[in-house]
This record gives sequence, C-alpha cells and structure tokens, in this order.
Amino acid sequence: MRAYLPAYELKRPATLEEALRLLSSEPGQWKPFAGGTDLMVLLEAGKLEHRKFFSIWHLAELSGIEETPEHVTLGALTTYTELQSNATLQREFPMLCEAASLTGAIAIQNRGTIGGNIANASPAADSPPALIVYGAELELISERGVRVVPYEGFHTGYKQMQMQADELISRVRIPRHAKQWKQYYRKVGTRKAQAISKICFAAAARLEGERIEEARICMGSVAPTVVNCTKTASILSGRGVDDDTIKAAQDELRKEIAPIDDLRSTADYRLQVSLNLLKDFLLSLEL
Amino acid sequence: MQTRFIGKPVPRKEGREKVTGRARYVDDIHLEGMLYGATVRSPLPRGRIREIRFDPQIPWDEFTIVTAADVPGSNYVALIVNDQPYLADGIVNHAEEPVVLLAHPDKYLLEEARRSVHLEIEPLPPVFTLDESLEKKEIIWGEDNVFKSFLVEKGNVDDVWSSADFVIEGEYRTGAQEQLYIETNGVIAVAGAEEGVTVWGSMQCPYYVHKALIKLFNLPEEKIRVVQAETGGGFGGKEEYPSMIAGHAALLAWKAGRPVKIIYDRAEDMAATTKRHPSRTLHRTAVSRDGKLLGMEIDFVVDGGAYATLSAVVLSRGTIHAAGPYNCPNVRIKSRAVATNVPPHGAFRGFGAPQSIFALERHMNKVARAVGLSPEEFRRRNFIRENETTATSQVIREAVDMNHLLERAFELSDYRAKQERFKHENEGARVKRGLGFASFMHGAGFTGSGEKYLQSIVGAEATPEGRVRILTANTEIGQGTYTIFGQIAAEALNLDYEQIEVAQPDTANVPNSGPTVASRTTMIVGKLVEAAALSLRQTLQNSGLLADAYTPDDFSRACREYLSKYGKLKSFSQYKQPSEIDWDDEKYRGDAYGAFAWAVYVAEVSVDTVTYEARVEDFVALQEVGRVINPIMAAGQIEGGVAQGIGYTLFENVVWKGGRMINNQMTNYIIPTSADIPPIRVFFEEMPYPHGPAGAKGIGELPMDGAAPAILNAIENATGLELNQIPLMPEHLMEAFRGEHA
Amino acid sequence: MPEAFETDGKATVRCTVNGREAKLTGFPMARLLDVLREELRLTGTKEGCGEGECGACSVFINGKLVNSCLVPLAQVEDASVVTIEGVANGEQLSSIQEAFIETGGAQCGICTPGMVMAAVNLLERVSAPDENDIRKGLAGNLCRCTGYIKIFEAVVRACEATGVKR
Repeated sequence: MRAYLPAYELKRPATLEEALRLLSSEPGQWKPFAGGTDLMVLLEAGKLEHRKFFSIWHLAELSGIEETPEHVTLGALTTYTELQSNATLQREFPMLCEAASLTGAIAIQNRGTIGGNIANASPAADSPPALIVYGAELELISERGVRVVPYEGFHTGYKQMQMQADELISRVRIPRHAKQWKQYYRKVGTRKAQAISKICFAAAARLEGERIEEARICMGSVAPTVVNCTKTASILSGRGVDDDTIKAAQDELRKEIAPIDDLRSTADYRLQVSLNLLKDFLLSLEL
Repeated sequence: MQTRFIGKPVPRKEGREKVTGRARYVDDIHLEGMLYGATVRSPLPRGRIREIRFDPQIPWDEFTIVTAADVPGSNYVALIVNDQPYLADGIVNHAEEPVVLLAHPDKYLLEEARRSVHLEIEPLPPVFTLDESLEKKEIIWGEDNVFKSFLVEKGNVDDVWSSADFVIEGEYRTGAQEQLYIETNGVIAVAGAEEGVTVWGSMQCPYYVHKALIKLFNLPEEKIRVVQAETGGGFGGKEEYPSMIAGHAALLAWKAGRPVKIIYDRAEDMAATTKRHPSRTLHRTAVSRDGKLLGMEIDFVVDGGAYATLSAVVLSRGTIHAAGPYNCPNVRIKSRAVATNVPPHGAFRGFGAPQSIFALERHMNKVARAVGLSPEEFRRRNFIRENETTATSQVIREAVDMNHLLERAFELSDYRAKQERFKHENEGARVKRGLGFASFMHGAGFTGSGEKYLQSIVGAEATPEGRVRILTANTEIGQGTYTIFGQIAAEALNLDYEQIEVAQPDTANVPNSGPTVASRTTMIVGKLVEAAALSLRQTLQNSGLLADAYTPDDFSRACREYLSKYGKLKSFSQYKQPSEIDWDDEKYRGDAYGAFAWAVYVAEVSVDTVTYEARVEDFVALQEVGRVINPIMAAGQIEGGVAQGIGYTLFENVVWKGGRMINNQMTNYIIPTSADIPPIRVFFEEMPYPHGPAGAKGIGELPMDGAAPAILNAIENATGLELNQIPLMPEHLMEAFRGEHA
Repeated sequence: MPEAFETDGKATVRCTVNGREAKLTGFPMARLLDVLREELRLTGTKEGCGEGECGACSVFINGKLVNSCLVPLAQVEDASVVTIEGVANGEQLSSIQEAFIETGGAQCGICTPGMVMAAVNLLERVSAPDENDIRKGLAGNLCRCTGYIKIFEAVVRACEATGVKR
C-alpha cells in the first residue's frame, strides 16, 4: 500500500439526497466511490490524487434493473455479475452481457458497476462500446434535478466527461430495439480472463434481404476515448458484403481511429486487428 | 519392488495448514515493537551518486536511516563474485539499485518518507541489451563486460564444414521472465551486537543467506541464524535474492535495536528482483545427405544484468544443455554471460537450459527442413543412445530410448493423425491448427563437481515421542520437499509416514544440506535422507535396543529408550560422489551430471488469423525421470512447469524502458489464468537410477524446457511461419504473417 | 507535520467476521485485507498483488466473492465477512479443503486460501460445474505452482464427495 491513508476520506451518506447535498455543497471537492475496483487500485499504487470520497455502494436508489416496453434501465450500481445474469439483457443485449463477463473475473464482477465503469472513463473499458452501439442514454442526477443525455459523446477526451461537478450518474437507459440486429462483440486481450483489452470491438447491423440497412460500430482502446465509428458505419448502409465493401469500410475505419503504442500493445497491431475485426464482422453477417 | 510409500500419492505433509490458512508465511509473523522497512532505489540505470536529499517535511528523527556508511562488515552480497553491494556506494549500476534504507513503525508514513528521499545522480551512459554489451560500446563491468565464458569442445568442428552436404545457420532469442511467485519477497530481522542476527524469511536457500550475513556483519557463523518461514513459491526467484533483502532488514534492525520487517509489494518485487536471463543463441550445423549430424557450433550468450550474481552457473547449465540429446561427433559451444545496466538476472527454474534448449529445438526443425526430413525423422536419426557421448563427452550409461519416448508421445497426442487432419482443415480457415514437439534432456543436481564441493550433510534425529525427525536445510517451497523426505525415510525405515517429521530449516538446528535448487532435492538430498535414516537405525540396532525385525511401535520404543539412556540420538550422512563420475572443470569435459531426465513434449496450438493470438489447445508431457516417488506431486511439478513454459512462450513479456521494467504489475505482466491453460497430460516412464533414493532422478526444472520450442514448432506446423524468438506475442505474429504475404 | 498529513481520524465499523460480531477500527480507506490481517490477526487471507488481479485476498462479503484488497473498511459497515478461517468447521475441513489435500491442489499454499474461497463460492453458485464453469469460476485466482490442473481435479473431487452428479 503506497498511499498515505490518513490523508483520505471516505464518507458514507445515509441517503441519495444526502449524497447529492454533499456534491453540491462543495462542488468538485467530493467524488463518488462505488465498488472501488478502479479507485482502490490507484490508491494502492499511491496514484489516487483526489482525497475526498463518499461511498454510494449502499444506496438502494441507484441499484436494480427495470424494464418498460421501450427501455431497459440499469441502476448505476448494477454490477457486472447482475448484468450477466439478467434474462432480458441476455436475450436482447448479449454484447453487454459478454462485456460484463469479460471484465475481470468473478470477484471483480461482484464489485464493479456499470456506473463506475462509465465514470472511470477509461478508453479500454469493455462495456461502453456495446452501450454506444445500443444507443444508451445516461441519467444524471443532482440536487437541481435529473437530466438525460446520450451516452455517445459523453466522454470528450481521455478521462473527461460532460458532467457537472454536482452530478452523479444514476441510471443507464437502453432502448429496446436491438432485438432484430445482428450483433458482434470481440474483446482482444492477452489472455482469456482478467485481461485489460488491447482492442474492444462492438458492432451491430440491421439487415434487409441481402443488404445492410444500418450498421453501428464502436471501438475501445484505439483512441483517447471510446470511438463511435459513424462514418465507417454509414458507408455500409445499403450495401451487401463483398471485397469492395470491406475495403471501403476498412479505409474509412483507418481515418476514424487513432491507436497508440503503450505497454500493452502497439498502434500497428491495434490498427491491423481493428481492420481484421471489421472484416470478420462483415463476413459474419453472411450476406 | 513392493513399496509402502515410494510411488504412492501420499498427501502433502503441510497440506492441512495450507488449505486452512494456518500456514505462517513471513508477513503473517508479528513481533512486538516491530518496525517496517523500506528501500530507496536508484531511478537511473547508471551514474554517480552526488547527493542524497531528505525532504524536510518528513519527521526524519523518528526514522532509522541506513546507507552504505552504516554497514558493519563488508558491503557486498557474498555469493560467487563479490561485486554486488548491499547499498550503492558512490556508483549505481542499475535502476532500482538499493541506496538508502528506512524504518518506521507507521508503514503509511514510511511510504511517504520513501517518496521524500531524493537521489541526485549524475548519469553515465548505460548499456541495456546483450548486443550493446557485446559491442563493448561502454565497458560497464570488468575489462570486457563478460562475467564468465565457457568453451566446450568435442572432436574437431572446424574440419566438418567443407565436406558437409548441408550447413544450416540460425539465430534464436529469448526474453526475460519474471518468476512471479504469488508471495512477494519478505524478511523479518532481529539484530544486535550481543545476540547476533536472526532472520525469518521467504527463501529457498537458508545457508546462502547465512553466508552472506556473516560477511555483511563480520560476525562468527554461530551469531547468525536464518530461519525459513513458509514460502509461497520460489522457482529460483528466492535462490539468491533473499540474501539481499535479509541483509537490508538486518542492517535496519541492527541500527534501530528493534525487529524490522520488509515485505516488498508486487510492483517493487517485479521491478527490483531477479528475472530469467534473456539470451541469444547462434547455431551453425553441418549435416550429411542422409540426415546425420556432423558438426554443431553454438554461440550462446546470456544477459546477466548489472552484477555477476549467479550468471556464471546459469551460463554453465545453459551451455551444457545447448547441444541436447543428440549424438554429434564434433561440437563446439562458446558461451558468455555479459553485463548490462538492468537489475541482475538470476535463477529461474531451468537455469539457462530453457534458453539454449529453445534455440536447439527450433534449430533442429530448421535443419530437418533443410535436409528434407520431417522433424521427427531427422531427430530419430540423431538421438543419443546408451554408450554414446554428449557434447561434454559424457558417456550415457542409462538405457535411454528417445525413439520410444517420441513414438509414445506421438500416440498419446494423436500427433500424426491430427497433423494430417489439420493440414486439410487449415485451408482457408480463419483459425489454423497444428502440432509440434520438442525432445530434450535435463541434468539433475549441481553441474560437474558442484555436488562434490558442496559436501551436503543431512541429519536424522530421534524425538522424545519416538519419531524420526529429518534435519536438512532444504526448503519446502511448494514442490513437496517435506512429503518426499517423509516418504523416503518411512520407506527406508519401514515406519509409518506419520512417524517421520521434517524439521523447519533453521541454521541453528539443521546441517547444511545445500541449496534447494537444480532439481537436486529429491535425487541428491533425498538419497542422503535415506542414508541418515538408515544410519540412525543402525545405531539403534547396534545398541541392542532394536531387533533386526521390528514393528513401527518397536522402533518408537527403541528411540525413546535410547534417548532416556543416552540423552540424544542423531545420525548424519554426507554426500560422496559416485566413483564413476568424472568431470574436468578446466576443459569443461566429462560427466556434467550424475543423471539426466529425458522427455518429449507435444503441443497442439491454434492460431487466430484475425487477432494473431496463438493458444495452446492440448499438451502432452512424457518424461523418464527414474523412479517417481509421489505421482501426484511429480505430476504437479510437470503441470506447473509446463504452465510456466506456456507463459514464457506466449504471455509473459517484460516491457523495458530505460533499463526498468515498466509493466511491473500483475495487470500488465500477464501470466496464464485457469481459463488459458490447456489440458496438460502428464506421463512418466520409470528407469530407476542407482544413485537416487529408491531410484529417483531430479524433476523440478525439466518441465520448463520443453514447452517453448514445442509450441513454436506447432505454430510453424499450423502456419508455416518460422518464429525464433520468445515471448511470441500477437504483435510479433502479426509481423510474421505480414512478412509471409509481403 | 504539514497540512496534507492531517486526518479526520479513524472510523469504527461494525460487521460480522466469520459469524462473530466485530468492531473494526481503522482509516476509512484502509483495505479490508489489512484490517483482517492486522486488527484481527486473520492472516489466512493473503496479499499477492494489491490490485484485484491475483485473488489471493479473496473473502466473502454478504456471500459474494470479493477481493479484500479492493474493499475499503468504510464499506463493510453492517456486512457479513467470511474469510478462509471461517470455511472449516473447527477441525472438520470442508469438502473442498479435503479435496485440495487429496488431489495436490495446494503446492506452495499462498494462493490456496483465495483459491479455496473461489472454489467454495463456485460450488455455491453452480452445484455441478462443468469444466468451463470451473475454469471461469477460478479465473480470478492466479496460481503459479500447479498449472491449475490439480485444482480443477479438487473441485471435481469435492463435487463427488458431496454426492453431486456431474
């Protein structure tokens, strides 16, 4: 443990109201602490710069999965374990379940939360690409009220988000129109479990006969934020899958992602495998 | 031979403590008034220390602070060459080199203090790779950067090139590998001028630490006591390094007058302690048209890091294994261990042999291809047989039959049928599959005269309860030392397994039976255990207290009677080299090892051409290791070694920057999880070895040798790609695929 | 002492540990791992990496498997914590512990407490795990000695011992 522990605070507000009051009373001073799977790692390494936290782990208001005919809504504290075991998610949003099952292993999945994963804003997170493909929205709550924003565009740069200092991510809302889509998810890590992704690729396509009606492609670990590859996706609209389509899409994808070298992989590998995965996705449509 | 314990899956002696969490590792020990210790390390790879600044915000008067100036004896870690200081004095030669030690009762403040010591170092130009070291760009050690070199000569290799039908060359490289025992290094020390120095720690070799502390404190040997705590894995990583951390804790305790505990966190352990030596091997091989080896010239180089540590012996084992289980009349092996400005590389299971065997077994495939033979047919024509000689001209006196091992391994892995099937299925497939194998041998015990010089001693004593307690300095580090010794002694004495105790290694109570390394514990020390136990019985029988025929109860009774009559009953046995072993240290020629274990490993792989990920899908490990003492533990050794070998080949990549490991976290230095390991199917052949206990040979290191070449040979079979470097990461495979299509 | 080192002080947290009421005192951000080991001297829970990667520190919180190195003390208020010391019933080992001894699932033993916790948890979730369940259920617990094979056998053996048909 490399942190100087006495310097850190971790309060335990009794209710959500109390938590929001804390956020608004001293803007920027207090940060939420959910399952701790990211923050405790930083703490251990002596790299947790922020000092004042409040735990939200016990707040029932932020838990639970709810369904309406239009949406499935995930409480921000929904854990990866809960995501994987939900029957509706398994049926309609398999990429999210797969992402959850590939994040850490059981002990991490019992503590890691969807809200925490989003707030941690890592470009290597496994769930965000799936959420963006599904067109998820975020519910942000503060003492001022609740607002709903599209998840796409929420992350504006490395570890940066469009969120006010007094706001908390309370829910993730996913529209239920993915059922008819063909879905493809692939996480490339160095090992099969407990890996941090080198590339994360989520895609879906709605087909019309021999053609792609609409496609969505989103990637992680290939830029400072998760990238919604809208241009690549739009090229695919109305096309069948042949060598020309594959090449055109790959050419577009090259422009949309900006992978780098780091200690987990190389820019070269990330780019090449991204192109390969795109091709593999298109071939998997069997058009 | 009917046995009661030998060859039986007797449960682990300390198993109950381990599965209940009651086993006491060093970090579980708490001493009253204990301080925590921390190490301030050099951030630079090479330079002159100009100043050590202590940030005024820390209450330094509460701290115990130790620098090189505080060393009471000699400031070096006594091992082979005494070049490595305990604390850098004026010069640093690698990043993470210890410079200042701190101790304080509050471990959180201690960390803050560690960050608040600033080392002003004037940089000197560093050398980071073995190639740079060989080029002598900078001389950073001795006259030529060479810690040690060997030359092995057999026949006259210079004469073969001109007449050979084929001459095949190849270059092979291996990377560093972290041992990654799950328990990090740790020690507790108590020290004072009157009572001397006592340390408890996680370690393989208590007497290495003992020797080092004698020099560090300049105290007589009886004033130094080293006790092994339960040890959470070693794999070589706790062979030499514990001498360093034990010295540090003891220096702090000496100055503070209080016990001091140092436990490395994972990041420090990975960054600062030893790893497997990176290597480069050049092969040049002459072969006749009918596929017979005529000459082998091998140039083997390992990167030793900044100090000599054990590099000379790692190099020795790598050198001797470099020509493998083949009969070749003309061999020259030149080898060097060179210095670089990275933390010293050290012992790791296999000890140089995995590196040179990787090179050889890849090269043998290349040679076979050049000659137009299958990898197996080429080897079949060249396998060494009884009465033929190895590269060091050692005559093989065992009835070794590598062809038989090869054939059986093929059957067990369905090698031929699968290769045939995959050949068809791979056409146009996204995932390519293939099989490959490696055939190899591994010498057990210290090399050459090593065991003769060690003169290991083992004791056996009767306890007041009428049991027999085995006294050795050999440590239980997971491999089953206590259990195996218990089996050997119980069998020899015809007692119950529970009647044998094995003493905790404590230099105050056990004789020096040598280090727990080199696959020597069962074969060499186990034989001494047998002899000491038999000698104890002889004493009882000579005293008239025990008849020739006896029951376990009779034996207990005799022990108790002896003790009440004479006070104590202890017997010792000492190693005597078998007379036929003949080794010439000057010429590096002769019987390098008392015995070899022989093996053929087969790997089945899949290679995903979308992500360039290679996976091992099935693994067959067949070996001849003499008599197997405990089939569960023996299989456990093989499975664990193969898993480490799979990691070495496909997962474990030490990322260096400026002479530092920058992926020094378990998150970023990837070892296989339970989801990544294929079925590892282990099979033994048993040819009893006359000088081993009940016929056993060494086993611990062997499984580290075969996985890497078998896997790369399998990838070659699956993809046609010739890959000669490990670790082989997907990034490297991608480049190889591109090269193929370019 | 500079301002940065000043502290709001320690917190006291009430919970149960291995079925007994416990009052734990420490900095709110202290790792449950350290509190268990240092305050309660329950040293069976081990530290292997300090970042939730190796699983040596696995314990149950309210029946769920967690890495105790990633749980701050403040978050165990009112929780039920079970450690390796709570798995055996006195001297009576659990079937998983027995199986680890019989199959050779423990070598150096440092990953073993966490591995046993993960295996117990697996059998609570899946009564008759297949190979894939076992591999996945133990994937958060790194072992460097065994290559996992004997640990898989231990899980299978424990199922057989408790009469579960696979």
